[in-house]
Amino acid sequence: MERIPILKMGECLLVSIQVDMHDRLAMTLQDDLTTRIAETRAHGVLIDISALEIVDSFIGRMLGNIASMARVLDAQTVVVGMRPAVAITLVELGLSLPGVSTALDVEKGMDLIQSALASRKGNGRSPT
Amino acid sequence: MSATSRIPEIIGRYERDLLPEWMEQQLAAITLRRDLIDESELREQSRRFLNLLTASLSSANGDTEPSGPTWRETRDFLAGMSRTRARQGFTPSETATFVFSLKQPLFERLRREFGRDADALAQEIWNGTVLLDKLGLYTTEVFQKGREEVIVRQQQEMLELSTPVVELWEGILAVPLIGTLDSARTQVVMENLLQKIVDTGATIAIVDITGVPTVDTLVAQHLLKTVAAARLMGAECIVSGIRPQIAQTIVHLGVELNDVITKATLADAFAVALRRSGLGVARTTG
Repeated sequence: MERIPILKMGECLLVSIQVDMHDRLAMTLQDDLTTRIAETRAHGVLIDISALEIVDSFIGRMLGNIASMARVLDAQTVVVGMRPAVAITLVELGLSLPGVSTALDVEKGMDLIQSALASRKGNGRSPT
Repeated sequence: MSATSRIPEIIGRYERDLLPEWMEQQLAAITLRRDLIDESELREQSRRFLNLLTASLSSANGDTEPSGPTWRETRDFLAGMSRTRARQGFTPSETATFVFSLKQPLFERLRREFGRDADALAQEIWNGTVLLDKLGLYTTEVFQKGREEVIVRQQQEMLELSTPVVELWEGILAVPLIGTLDSARTQVVMENLLQKIVDTGATIAIVDITGVPTVDTLVAQHLLKTVAAARLMGAECIVSGIRPQIAQTIVHLGVELNDVITKATLADAFAVALRRSGLGVARTTG
């Protein structure tokens, strides 16, 4: 059965969706990702959807759900590389993914996660 | 027109006589626009049209469908004339009248030619009417087509012109909106903005609504959609140029703009954008 690979980079999990999502694949990804977050105790999740051309309300909702689940598991989710057409579709569907951070590309998304992790650590430490 | 029609032959034979007769009638007609065209030009146009008509008729061999290949030159001439006259300020009916006015001298000729043969005369008059009507209407058609092309082009230009996306600074885009925001325009604005975000890698977009005359719930909804779409692309949106009246309207309508940064002027919005990008403006000394 096909699976979407989840890569670990430091404290961060990297998911790159390179195929068209169907509902079963999305559910599998949701399962795998939550399991991996718990296993690796990652604090950041980066989902690259630059290859995703078609979204429907289910996939849109699933992206929101994954972000919410990750937040419960103490990880911040950043969705990167959304295509203009996909963004318009999601907005027209009424799914503007509140609570999900977004960035234009993987590089910017990584910066976002790194700065979030840095500020988290900064807060954890006693101020010098 | 049947192949047995004598019109081509008659026009060919009397071409020389038809022109002065026709000219005389055109010059006497009250519909003549002396302010737009002088006599010599009109004479030249009439002469050329008659020439081409004769040539087409003689080679057409009874084919009077003006869309046929033998009528190409006549058609081109009429199209050119229609365009020139439209530019000169003629109405389409005045242009068509130019062609229709040939009927009178032509029918006069036919009457003399056929004399008392009423059946043949009626038949030939019918043939001539059909032919000249088609040619006259063709000028109107060209006129209308020209107009439509202009309208389509202007619509396209207006849509493009009214929705530019400009780069204010590295990573900062601005969308100055002018005019009413409807669904079609929102779509264009959204597409342009998102594409520009991809192209420039911008992280902040300023939507300036100084030029939007009224904001109702629908316009506000369109604005929020644009903001949401830009956010999904990883760019933050600032809405600027909100006039006092519009601020009042927004609150009275109960539109929630809480998640969006709003500023009164584009300058304020730009200052915020610079600050977010870690940039600043400093006065040079000396």
